Amino acid sequence: MRANFKNIKEKLIEDLLFIAAISSIVVILFIFIFLMKEGAFAFLENGVFNFIFGTKWRMETGTYGMAPLIIGSLLVTIGAVGFAIVLGIPSAIFLSELAPPRIGNILKPTVELLNSIPSIVYGFIGVVLLLTSLRDTFDMIDGHSFLAGSILLGVMALPTIITISDDAITAVPKDLREGSMALGATRWQTIRRVVLPSAISGIMASILLAIGRVLGETMAIMLVVGCVARFPSPFFNFFQSGDTMTARIASEMGEAARGSLQYHSLFGIGVLLLIIVTVLNVIADLIRVRIQKKVGRG
Amino acid sequence: MIINIRVSDFNLWYGENHALKDINMEIEKNKVTAIIGPSGCGKSTFIRSLNRMNDLVPSCITKGDIFFDGMNIYEKDLDVYVIRKRVGMVFQKPNPFPMSVYDNISYGPRIHGEKNKKKLDKIVEYTLKSAALWDEVNDRLDDPALGLSGGQQQRLCIARTLTVKPDVILFDEPCSALDPISTSKIEDLIRELKERYTIVIVTHNMQQAARISDYTAFFLLGEIIEFGSTLQIFENPNDKRTEDYITGKFG
Repeated sequence: MRANFKNIKEKLIEDLLFIAAISSIVVILFIFIFLMKEGAFAFLENGVFNFIFGTKWRMETGTYGMAPLIIGSLLVTIGAVGFAIVLGIPSAIFLSELAPPRIGNILKPTVELLNSIPSIVYGFIGVVLLLTSLRDTFDMIDGHSFLAGSILLGVMALPTIITISDDAITAVPKDLREGSMALGATRWQTIRRVVLPSAISGIMASILLAIGRVLGETMAIMLVVGCVARFPSPFFNFFQSGDTMTARIASEMGEAARGSLQYHSLFGIGVLLLIIVTVLNVIADLIRVRIQKKVGRG
Repeated sequence: MIINIRVSDFNLWYGENHALKDINMEIEKNKVTAIIGPSGCGKSTFIRSLNRMNDLVPSCITKGDIFFDGMNIYEKDLDVYVIRKRVGMVFQKPNPFPMSVYDNISYGPRIHGEKNKKKLDKIVEYTLKSAALWDEVNDRLDDPALGLSGGQQQRLCIARTLTVKPDVILFDEPCSALDPISTSKIEDLIRELKERYTIVIVTHNMQQAARISDYTAFFLLGEIIEFGSTLQIFENPNDKRTEDYITGKFG
């Protein structure tokens, strides 16, 4: 009797843990189905090709083509992540390898603090400081541009790159550094040829997370990118104003009549975003597996 | 008898901790010198002083001199990278880099500027043969080194040390993470290597010291208690503490 009761209890705990474990899968499935349901109509009504590659997004005429938004998101992501890599990876190397403990103890929490500033605050700073200084430096009309978005989102992505890369570099075993130094390698040679290659999967992870963060960012980018769904010319013109996928959803959703083509088209953007993020995650996993195979450790 | 390394009144502190006290010692060329003693007696600290690996510890301060091949390795403006090249080191835990066998072995020559692929191939083959590993790995030079067994990894690390043409090889408890068969392979290898290199080995295992070394130094609490030929230390120690340690009364 007692043993039986124990068994039931055991089973119950197992089931509860199982439910907790699959709940995130259920949530993501739910989101996927919901987005698909609301967005599918946009692909049907606008036509898949026209909806994705159409260069005009105008609610006045009922034309919905996502190309300007896709290229906008792409430009801002490339610019921001590039900015964050160029500044962030050297910072992570400095923090983990060179910084004396006293400086590290100040620097690291400061970087983490950057992460907890709400994005709207970044937006304010962007509008007040970034736009005016870009306007004055590059002789632009008002500074709204992909460049402004890239810089602002680049700063926002910095903590992700710095903290995760720093952890990855710090986690490289001391033995490896000593093995290299004992062969007469300099500190820099050791960092470049042993430490960084050993930390590469963590560094790649930080970059992919930063891409995810930048791609999904909405409030800050809305304030500085200009919110005009216009295809940049030439297509890599960082000095033009434009719009991104997320910013477009946020700026039109409030006024879109429920059930209208506009409403469904906005969900369509969401579907595409979700697909892009999923593909990125799969790529990240593939890279990780490949790297592990190459260096032979998990 | 040629002296390769001469340690003279050498002291070392980690912050407040006086880890090595007035060490005087002469290490003979092409011989195996074993350092024994209980945990925390300073034996690892001592051999890490011989190639200035202790420099990597921020709180480390030294006093006194260590002469290698006539030059004082604690001289202020000395090129420490040259010392580390000529005084190689094999560590307690095998530490191959997370790259292929070939890249591990060619790492040393490449950081010192060797780019010629043919020369690198030659170095890889020669040093792997010297480390008695060539027959086991010659068909998988491009595989990750971390896929080798523990004993193979340690021999790989020995081969890697040989690539930069050292005069002295320091072994810091090289077998403590290995099984008995791998251990005996490494011991055989050390016996072969002393023909061409001067060897200093720290070991926890007294039988190992007795088996492979020509000289033995017994360290206790940062001091050398006794230093002499291995035969004398193990058969006829002068100091009571040495005798107590080698007979297993403490340790």
